[in-house]
Amino acid sequence: MDLSRKWLNEFVSVDANDKDFSEAMTLSGSKVEITEDLGAEISNVVVGQLLSMERHPDSDHMWVCQVDVGQAEPVQIVTGAWNIHPGDLFPVALHKSTLPGGVKITKGKLRGIVSNGMFCGLAELGLDTRDFPYGAITAAAILGDYKPLNAEKPSIPADIRPGDPVFGPVVAAKVLECSTMSYGRYHTCLDLGDATAAPDTDCRNLHEGDLVAYNTKTDTICTLSDLHAQQAEFPHCIPDGIFVLNEEGIRPGDDIKPIIGLDDHVVEFEITPNRPDCLSMIGLAREASATFGLPLHLHEPVVKGGGEGSLCELLDVETPADDLCHRYTARMVRNVKIGPSPKWMRERLRAMGVRPINNIVDITNYVMLEYGQPMHAFDYRYVKGGKIIVRRAVAGEELTTLDGVVRKLTANHLVIADEHRAVGLAGIMGGENSEIAEDTVDVVFESANFDGTCIRKGALALGMRTEASGKFEKGLDPMNTLPAVNRACELVELLGAGEVLDGTIDILNFVPQPTVLELRPDKINALLGTDVSTEEMQEILRRLGFGVEGETITVPSWRGDVVHYSDLAEEVARFHGYNKIPCTLVRGETTQGGYSDVQLLEQQLGSVCRSAGCDEIITYSFISPACYDKIRWAADDRRRKSLKILNPLGEDTSIMRTTTLPSMLEILSRNDHFRNKSARLYEIGRIYLSGREDGLADERKVLTLGAYGEDMDFFALKGLVHAVLQELRAENVRYEACTDNPSYHPGRCAYVYAGETLVGVLGQIHPLTAGSYDVDTPLYCAELSLERLMAVKGADPTYTPLPKFPAVTRDIAVVCDKAVTVGALEACIRRGAKGLLKDVVLFDIYEGVGIPQGQKSVAFNLTLRDDERSITSEEADEDIQSILQLLKEELGAVLR
Amino acid sequence: MKQQLEVIRKSALEAIAHCAAGEELEALRVKYLGKKGELTAVLKQMGKLSPEERPLMGQVANEVRSALESAIDTARERLAAAKLEQQLQDEAVDVTIPGKPLRIGHKHPMSLALDEIKDIFVGMGFTILDGPEVELSYYNFDRLNAEEGHPSRDWSDTFYFDEDSRVMLRSQTSPMQIHAMDTMKPPIRILAPGRVYRKDEVDATHSPMFHQVEGMVIDQGVTMADLKGTLNTVIEKLYGKGTVTRFRPHHFPFTEPSCEMDIQCHKCGGKGCPTCKGEGWIEVLGAGMVHPKVLEMSGIDPEVYSGWAFGMGLERMAMGRFKIADLRLIFENDVRFLEQF
Repeated sequence: MDLSRKWLNEFVSVDANDKDFSEAMTLSGSKVEITEDLGAEISNVVVGQLLSMERHPDSDHMWVCQVDVGQAEPVQIVTGAWNIHPGDLFPVALHKSTLPGGVKITKGKLRGIVSNGMFCGLAELGLDTRDFPYGAITAAAILGDYKPLNAEKPSIPADIRPGDPVFGPVVAAKVLECSTMSYGRYHTCLDLGDATAAPDTDCRNLHEGDLVAYNTKTDTICTLSDLHAQQAEFPHCIPDGIFVLNEEGIRPGDDIKPIIGLDDHVVEFEITPNRPDCLSMIGLAREASATFGLPLHLHEPVVKGGGEGSLCELLDVETPADDLCHRYTARMVRNVKIGPSPKWMRERLRAMGVRPINNIVDITNYVMLEYGQPMHAFDYRYVKGGKIIVRRAVAGEELTTLDGVVRKLTANHLVIADEHRAVGLAGIMGGENSEIAEDTVDVVFESANFDGTCIRKGALALGMRTEASGKFEKGLDPMNTLPAVNRACELVELLGAGEVLDGTIDILNFVPQPTVLELRPDKINALLGTDVSTEEMQEILRRLGFGVEGETITVPSWRGDVVHYSDLAEEVARFHGYNKIPCTLVRGETTQGGYSDVQLLEQQLGSVCRSAGCDEIITYSFISPACYDKIRWAADDRRRKSLKILNPLGEDTSIMRTTTLPSMLEILSRNDHFRNKSARLYEIGRIYLSGREDGLADERKVLTLGAYGEDMDFFALKGLVHAVLQELRAENVRYEACTDNPSYHPGRCAYVYAGETLVGVLGQIHPLTAGSYDVDTPLYCAELSLERLMAVKGADPTYTPLPKFPAVTRDIAVVCDKAVTVGALEACIRRGAKGLLKDVVLFDIYEGVGIPQGQKSVAFNLTLRDDERSITSEEADEDIQSILQLLKEELGAVLR
Repeated sequence: MKQQLEVIRKSALEAIAHCAAGEELEALRVKYLGKKGELTAVLKQMGKLSPEERPLMGQVANEVRSALESAIDTARERLAAAKLEQQLQDEAVDVTIPGKPLRIGHKHPMSLALDEIKDIFVGMGFTILDGPEVELSYYNFDRLNAEEGHPSRDWSDTFYFDEDSRVMLRSQTSPMQIHAMDTMKPPIRILAPGRVYRKDEVDATHSPMFHQVEGMVIDQGVTMADLKGTLNTVIEKLYGKGTVTRFRPHHFPFTEPSCEMDIQCHKCGGKGCPTCKGEGWIEVLGAGMVHPKVLEMSGIDPEVYSGWAFGMGLERMAMGRFKIADLRLIFENDVRFLEQF
C-alpha cells in the first residue's frame, strides 16, 4: 500500500521526516517497506518564461532563446523545440541541474552558440500526457521540414512557394505572424502567394517564416494526418516538445517540483492481512494519528444532489445471492461530462501508484484509495431494464472483463448482471460491455460489500487478482459502503462532472452488530508483563476509534480483527510500545530439556561420519517418479508406491521419496560434473512410505553414505560402514553378498547385519545406474536404516581387564578353492580353535605362480593367549593344529 | 720406568684428545690398555723392580691407567655427541612440505547453525521435538486458528496429497506446537526444528523446501516480557553480545499479540545499507503470545495458562551468518562449498 504524505497531511499533519515517520509507523505495527521522494532526482529545475526567440544562424531547426528564469538577467538557451512562443512558461533545467534517470544538465555550446541549460518536456520530468493531458501537442506539418521518402519522387517539390498547390484544396502558405490567443490556441496570418488567410489553430509549432500546408476549404493549417504523411517525412514535426505550463499563479524562477506534484513523498507499507482497513488513506491516517498523538481530521461527505429524475424509477437492485453480497449501495449520476480530472486528483492518484484515466474512473479510484472501499462505475445505458442483479454466475457463462479477456465463469463466481447478462465480475473487475466511455451520459456508482472467500476463490480460479479483489478477500467493513458512495458523488459535484440524483439504493443482507468487549486491564498486563494504567489503555483505544465506556469497549466496524481481550492487549502493546515492554527470563518450574534417543543417535552418526571424512548434505524430500527408473527398480517394484503431490511445482518434485538413493546419486553426479575429484558424503534424511490408513506418511530416517574418487573402493566403503557400526558397539556384525539389488553392482554389494537384524545395504552402484546419472566413475553408496541402527546399538561399555600374560602369534597361509570366502575361512578358524584364539587378522590373499589354477592362498595372523597364565608354544600349536584340521575338513583348505 | 709411563701418558692423552672417530678411539684403547698394549707391556716389567719401588711404580701405573681410561670415556662421550649431532643434522626435513592429508568431514552449514540454536535452548530446559512432515491440514491450519479461506491454505501456496486438502506437506513447523500441547502437560518448553514446504519456485532466496525452528513455552504466568527476554538472550548468543534488537507488531493467526523481531544491521550499524535494504534492521523471527483460542482448542485453560511461541527461518539465519548469497548453494551440496564449513 502506497501512501502520499501530502495527501496524508489532509487528515493528520505529521511533520516527521520520512525516516522518523517510517520508524514510528513500523513500531506501531504498520511496517514501512520503503520510502520514495518523488522529486529526488530533480534539482535546479525552475519555471522559465520565454522573452524572445531567434533562429539559430547555423541550424534550420534550432532556436536561440532568451528566457526569464527569475534572475536579474535573462539566460540564453538554445533549443530544438518548436512548440514555444514568447510569453510561454515552461520548465527550465538550469546549468548544473539534474533530471530523472540520472541526467545532468550543464551549460555548453550548441553549434557555436552558448546555451545555459535545457527546456524540459513531460518525458524529461518523468511524466506523460496522462499526468498532464493539456500537455498533449498537436503539430502542424512544416513544409521546410519535409524529407521525401523517395528522393527521386518527392510529394512536395523542394522549391514550393506560397500559393502553390499541394493537393486538392490544400496550398502552401507562409506564416507571417503567429500569436497566442489562449493556452494552446494560436491566431495566424498566412501568405498564400496572391492572397492571405488568418486561421486560428491548435498547432503549437508555428513561427513566423514557416511554410505550412493550408486547406483553403476548411480554413485550417494541416497536420501530418491531414496530409496523410508519415512521421519519417516530417522528422521534426512530432507531437512532443516542451511542456508549456498552464497553471495558475506561477512565476519565472519558481521551483518546478510543487507545480508538477513531485514535491510529494511516498511511503510503501506492508499491511498484514488482518488489517484491510489500513489499505486506505483514512485507515493509515488513523494509525498515524494514534502513533504520533495528533488529531485526526475526517471529512463527512456532503452531496447536494438534485439531479433530474427519480432513482427508484431508474434503477432497481436485487441480491438473490444474499449470502455472498452482504451489502449493496448504489447512487446515480446523470449528464456526465467525461474529461480529465483536476490536477490535484491526478497528482494524488499518481503518487499512490494509480494511473489517471478520466474524471469518473479517477473518482472511483480516488475513493478506493481514500476509504479503502472498492467502487465500480457502470454506464447506465448498458444496464438493461434498469435492473442490477447480484447473482451467482451460471456455469459456463462468459463475460469479457475490462482488460478485454473473455472469462468463462463457474457457479462459484458472483456477477453483477442486468436482466439479460452479466455486466461485471463482482468485486474483481467490471465488464467491457458497461465500461465508462467518452460518450457516457448516465453513471451508476456501485459501492458494495462482497464475501471475501468467494471473491478470493473467484479471482484465484481466473488467475486475476485485482486491487479490488485483493481488498475484498481480506473482509472489508460493510459500514463503509455508504460514506464511500457519498464521497464519490460529492467529488462528482466538486469536479462538475455530472448531476447526482437524490437518494441511495442500499441493501443490507446482514444485521449490523458491533463487537463489545470487556477491557480487563489486569489480564492484559499479566499477558504483556507490563504495568500499563487503565487510563492509558483507554486512551490508546479511544485514539483508534474504539468506543470506551469504563471497561466496556465497543469495537469499531472497520476492526473486524478485534474479537478478544488478547486483541485489545495487542492494541495496547502496539501504542504503549513493544520496546517498552520489559525483558524478563522464563520463570516458574524448571524443566529438564534435552534430546531424544533418536536425536542423540543422529548426532553420534553424524560425528562418526565426519571423523571418517564425510561431508554432510541436505537434499529435497521430493523427487521425480523417473528417479525410480534411473535407479533401475522394476516397473512393478512395490517401493515405487509413493505419496503423490497433487499440485507440485513440477514433475521433478512431485512425489515423496521412498528411497534416499536417487538424492545421493544426484549429488554425487553433480559433484562429478563439477569436476570435483572425489567426494565422501552422508545424509541423515527421511523416506516417506505410503500405505497408512490415515493418509499420512510412514516417515523413516535413513543414513545414506555416498562416495567416489581416489582411495574409494568397495572395501573403503565397507570400512566406513563398519566404523559406523563399531561406533554404535553393534555386536555380531556380518556382511552377506547381495546379488539382486538392481541399483547396485551384483558382485560388489552386500547386506550388513548385526546379529539377525538387517541394518542396510552397501556397495558399488551398478554401472547402468551410474550411467543414468551420466557418471562413468565408480560410485559407492550405503543405505542404513536409523531405526535398525537404533535397535542394534550396543549397551554402554564395561571395562575388560588388559591382558596380563603374553600372547603367542602365528601366521598361517592356507590354499583353498577360489570360491571359499574369507568370511567362511575366518569363521572356521574361530570355531576350530580350542579356546586360546583371541584375534584373527587377514593379511594376504594370493593367486598365481605356485598356486594351482582355481585356487588361492589366504594368510592370517592369529593371536593366541590365556588370560590367566602364560601359554607354551606347544599349547599354541595344539590350537593351530585343531584349526588347520577343521579348515581342511570343512573347506578343503590346506596349509600352504 | 716412571719415565716410560710418563711418555705413554703424554702420547696417549694427546692421541685420545685428537681422536675423531669411534673406531680410532677403540684402536687407541687397544694400543695402550689392551692385553698387548703399551701400558700392559710396561706393567709386565714390574717384576723386575725392587719391592720398595713396586708400590710406588704401581701407584704411578694405576694413575696413568685411570687417566687414560677417563680420557677415553670423555672422548667416547664427545664422539657420541658429535655423531648424534651429525645424525640430527642429516635428518632435518623441509617443514614446509605439506603434511599427510587427513580428511575430516564437515557439517552442513544448516546443521552448524541449527546445532548452535538447539544447544542454547536445551541449556534453558527445552526439549527438542521431531514431527511429521506429511501433516494433516487440521494441525497445520485449523488448530492454529487459520480458518478455512485463509490464503496460506490455497493450492497455490501449499502442497496437498488429496483433493479435500486434508493431507499436506507442512508449510510451517507450528503444527508441532499443537502436537506438543496434545501430548505434554504444562509446563511445556519445546523446540521443534525441521523441514517445511511451500510452493515457491527456486531462486536465490526461495526454495520449495526449507527449514524452520519452532519454539514454545506454556506455563502459568508466562508473559510477553518473558518472550522478549528469552529471545534477546538467544539472539545475543547467536549473533554476539551487544546485538541490538527490536520488536515490531505483526500478525500471525495463532499468536496474539504477535510480533517480529529485528536485529540491527551488523554491516551499517542501523544507518541503512544494501545488506538491510536501507532499513537498518534485519528481520530474524516471528513470535507472539499463544492465541487463547489455540490454547482452548488444545484443552489448556487460557485463564490459568499462557504461553509464547516463535518461529524462525533457518536458511536466512545460516545465510546471514556465513554470508551465503544464494539459497541454491544450500541444496546444491557442492563439495567445494561444504568444505568451507
